[in-house]
Amino acid sequence: MTELKSTRLAFGEALLELAEEGIDIAAVSADTSKSMEVEVLRKKYPGKCFDCGIAEQNMIMVSAGLAATGKTVFATSYSAFTSMRSLEQLRTFVCYPRLNVKVVAGLGGFSAGIEGVTHMALEDIGIVRCIPNLSVFCPSDYYATKKIVKYIGARDMPCYVRIGRDSSPVIFDEKYDFEPGKANLLMDTGNDVAIIASGLILYEALIAAKELTDKYGLGLKLVEMPSIKPVDKKAITELAGATKKIVTVEEHSIIGGLYSSVCEVLCSSSPVKVYPVAVPDIFTESGTPAELINKYGLSGESIVKHVKGLFV
Amino acid sequence: MIYKEDLRKEIMLKNELSLKANEIRKLVIDMLYKIGPERRGHPGPALSIAEILACLYFSVMNTDSKNPKWPERDRLILSKGHACPALYAVLALKGYFEKEKLYTFRKVDSMLQGHPDMRKTPGIDMTAGSLGHGLGAGTGMALAGVMDRKKYKTYVIIGDGETQEGLIWEAAMYAGNMKLDNLVVIIDKNRFQSCGDVCGIVDVDPLDKKFMSFNWEVVKCNGHDISSLLEAFGSPHANKPLAIIAETVKGKGVSFMEEDNSWHQKAITQEQYEIAMKELHEKNSSSAQ
Repeated sequence: MTELKSTRLAFGEALLELAEEGIDIAAVSADTSKSMEVEVLRKKYPGKCFDCGIAEQNMIMVSAGLAATGKTVFATSYSAFTSMRSLEQLRTFVCYPRLNVKVVAGLGGFSAGIEGVTHMALEDIGIVRCIPNLSVFCPSDYYATKKIVKYIGARDMPCYVRIGRDSSPVIFDEKYDFEPGKANLLMDTGNDVAIIASGLILYEALIAAKELTDKYGLGLKLVEMPSIKPVDKKAITELAGATKKIVTVEEHSIIGGLYSSVCEVLCSSSPVKVYPVAVPDIFTESGTPAELINKYGLSGESIVKHVKGLFV
Repeated sequence: MIYKEDLRKEIMLKNELSLKANEIRKLVIDMLYKIGPERRGHPGPALSIAEILACLYFSVMNTDSKNPKWPERDRLILSKGHACPALYAVLALKGYFEKEKLYTFRKVDSMLQGHPDMRKTPGIDMTAGSLGHGLGAGTGMALAGVMDRKKYKTYVIIGDGETQEGLIWEAAMYAGNMKLDNLVVIIDKNRFQSCGDVCGIVDVDPLDKKFMSFNWEVVKCNGHDISSLLEAFGSPHANKPLAIIAETVKGKGVSFMEEDNSWHQKAITQEQYEIAMKELHEKNSSSAQ
């Protein structure tokens, strides 16, 4: 039985640890302090927490103002809103002046599925990725989230971190290591294909990779790419050199996310083909994350089928 | 006798601030003319805030041009960032950078961007320009002051037309709720926006009632009268942020620019430049008397 743990809880716990370590943080939310687990911090440090109400644009502006005085600021709401409603505030007033604001965006990908298209962010990474000065991270589980939030909390850098909603499978442990622009090699059974995955969907990629190796005898490399920007160009180039095919797996539109990032690296240097497992360029619908992952071809089973198809 | 001395000081201060406002105007016209028509800036909206900036930088605010990032300083956000020639002029007068830099405004490689950039220009406390954003940023700075128990105040200058932006009201609601008595917004009420009269496009009045209902203390003043402005800045506002509605004239100080909205953004010809500078020089000598 897979252990399940919430990435949002990881965020709240990491905030508390940062405050305990003496980092001068402030957490700003938009009627999302409970849902984003900022309460973990508020219980002990109420003076560090601000809720601007249902006003995401003001949340980012208040964060920018706090950061301009030297504070390390976490602004937190849902991916669909932080990447769109408050996009200009993020671009012009956080990234342009390089203010130390970290947007931690919950309900990423299909994790908000039951709410429908209005609340689901399948375009967010594509939207924010082209903003200069912004780092974009997409942790895969509780431990990765905690590590990434701790990492960025100790550094002066604007970031966008996409996390999930309900508890999701635990993949890593306390030893998880993170560095921007660094991929993690999780499986290496050969050189037939490389699978690069990012975010919570890594769990499905892991299932697929095991099945492809154990059941179908494929030699593959499975790589986690938690840092979408900067992306690990070296790892991508080396994977292209070592294997003949690359498959990307992401809970995001086929436009602008991991697939695009990998292609941007490879198209000038390598003839290796890149095959995307991503959400097509359409609006999806309401459903549980599992239902949507199945319907839109992102499940472990779909990934297996997809990869097998490349070898027919 | 003490009263007489106070009165003398007050008159001197008023004269000094009027002269500073006039200096700001002269620099604004001079730089906007000299940078040439390709880089044309916004004379009208810059001229309407000359007295407001003179009062803030030469009397009200606690700043240090030798130490622009001094943590205890009062902060200013020019949310109506297109009026930045006036802000750049006052910063040059205060010695944040040499006056010569003013003539690089809007030029490639310049420290003076088309709209304020806090990373490029010493003395700029917040990047600004896209309208509606300064009040929220000011709210954040004021909250930081509360968190750190610091005494500084944060001043935000917005335009009256700018209050059409929804984000102004998100910020006003939050700042009022947080009872931020270290936050002051100055509304430069020159009654014009890019395309015409504010009231003819989307009327924003009554601004006083709007801010009051958002739990702000509100005072009105004449934005070109030094005494009126200083009195407004001195208004008590315990447990509330302060909104100063400053009645101003767009293009103030240059006869042919006053109330003529074509000067919202326009290049100045040589002939116009000469007339404008002559008028401003004459004002200088009249207020010096």
